[in-house]
Amino acid sequence: MNLDIAILLIEDGLASGAIYVLMALGFVLVFNVTRVIFVPFGDLVSYAALTLASFQLQRTPGTIWLLVTLAALAILLEVLRLYRIGQFARLPRALVVWGVLPLLPVACTLLLDGFALPSYVAIPLTFALILPIGPLLYRIVFQPIANAPVLVLLMVSVALHFAVSGLALMYFGPEGMRTTPLVQGAFDLFGIAISASLLLIVGVAAALSIALLLFFRLTLTGKALLATASNREGARLVGIRTATTSAAAFLVAGIIATVAGVLISPMTTIYYDTGLIVGLKGFVGSVAGGFVSYPLAALGGVIIGQVESFSSFYASAFKEAIVFAAVIPVILARWLWASNAHIEEHDEE
Amino acid sequence: MSAFLDVADVSVSYGKLNAVRDISFSLDQAQIVTIIGPNGAGKTTLLKALVGGLPSTGKVAFEGHDISRLEPEERAECGIFLVPETRALFADMSVYDNLILGGYIRWRDRAGIAHDLDQVFGLFPRLAERRTQQAATLSGGERQMLALGRALMGRPKLLMLDEPSLGLAPIVVREIFKIIAGLRSHGVTILLIEQNARAALETADVGYVLETGEIVHRGEAKALLRDPRVLETYLGGSSQS
Repeated sequence: MNLDIAILLIEDGLASGAIYVLMALGFVLVFNVTRVIFVPFGDLVSYAALTLASFQLQRTPGTIWLLVTLAALAILLEVLRLYRIGQFARLPRALVVWGVLPLLPVACTLLLDGFALPSYVAIPLTFALILPIGPLLYRIVFQPIANAPVLVLLMVSVALHFAVSGLALMYFGPEGMRTTPLVQGAFDLFGIAISASLLLIVGVAAALSIALLLFFRLTLTGKALLATASNREGARLVGIRTATTSAAAFLVAGIIATVAGVLISPMTTIYYDTGLIVGLKGFVGSVAGGFVSYPLAALGGVIIGQVESFSSFYASAFKEAIVFAAVIPVILARWLWASNAHIEEHDEE
Repeated sequence: MSAFLDVADVSVSYGKLNAVRDISFSLDQAQIVTIIGPNGAGKTTLLKALVGGLPSTGKVAFEGHDISRLEPEERAECGIFLVPETRALFADMSVYDNLILGGYIRWRDRAGIAHDLDQVFGLFPRLAERRTQQAATLSGGERQMLALGRALMGRPKLLMLDEPSLGLAPIVVREIFKIIAGLRSHGVTILLIEQNARAALETADVGYVLETGEIVHRGEAKALLRDPRVLETYLGGSSQS
């Protein structure tokens, strides 16, 4: 290997690492607030990429049928709940939140069907179509079992992944799609060629990470999410609606998945099931942070990107195996570190 | 039926075990009511059921509205706050953030929240000194101050306190009870569970004695203080000391 190849690999690793950082942050966020390991998170990346690609091919994205189905189920559940607690006065609000809001982008999509949409319309519309999916999945699947043990939530989450991914196969077909690049060209930095798309990916991922940080530090909604993660009972006692903050966590995850999907779709061909692998690598990154720490999860994402890039050069057949095996030493190290800390704590007592 | 809080036939069971059985009582506004009783009598269970944290049967009406089927967060919006025995603080967040989140249900009222924050810091100067510190790093007494302060930030109409003096130094306990008495004069109704039965009955207007999930005595707090049965069992009367 010479320096040029190394630089190329590092750049490649940075681009995919930036995506894994975003995914890792999303996993940690959703898990902390709701205790759900959101396996279908990666599927949302596929949905976002395939939705945008469909727009570019002037096809109707199958996402709209997913939204219609989910909205109908959510409204049904909400009507049943309001009937049970005898609070029918809240029905209009529930209809707006679970019916009108998710179906608005569907209506827009159907109205614009068949037109060649420029990026500045197609991308926002992709966001509008993907964002409601997370909260809807939460409302339908996870909210009714919000107090179940983590293992049950995980099993349900895996099952949900197969359902969502299977529907993606039905809606988008087995063939892959790739979107046209958002930016083109490259420029020179101290003799190193840096492509504009790398800069875009790293820049957007960094900006989104910082935006998340500010959201948690500065806004009351962000603090309410952290509070739900920190102490669910305490959050409910001060009047934080944990169902709402949980749905909000899924909404933020939807934003992250859409950003990731839009960013990677020009880099690589996306199939209905590509998202799972992307998500799993982000998941490996978040394991590095013990599923608790955001900075460590982000660092894990960066490292996974590099490991993947270099292993694809040295042993491309074992690329995925190396990436997923990398989680074992991390878990061991965390376990050793945690048990040491535990012993020290006991010594103090 | 126009009592401030009306509890009718509330029962809670854990599987086959009835932790609380057919409890009925009512509270008037700006009253301090204390529930005393031995460990395992169902006091904490009762409070948890009243804030909606445990599934229960029976009826709970607050200010004339049936709240039996409301979620805890909805009861908080009605003005019912519980400071649980565990304190349920946001351990990895700062003292300041914990207090701000206490005012979550009235987030639109920025000026009011800033004013109440000053008041809480006035009541508990220790919290003001530690406002940027993580809640997890506080001492036991400071945590209980923070839990009480956080509940006050929500401007409770009904404040339920589960063992507010647990593990506190006597001087802090006196402070806390002074604050509780002060809250009543501001119109806050307080439902207090205390193992320190004497301090509780001295502060309260009305007292209930709970044993194995049922109310066995009730009466004016001052009268209960002189009641020989209560005296003997809970106030370390003739048999102990």
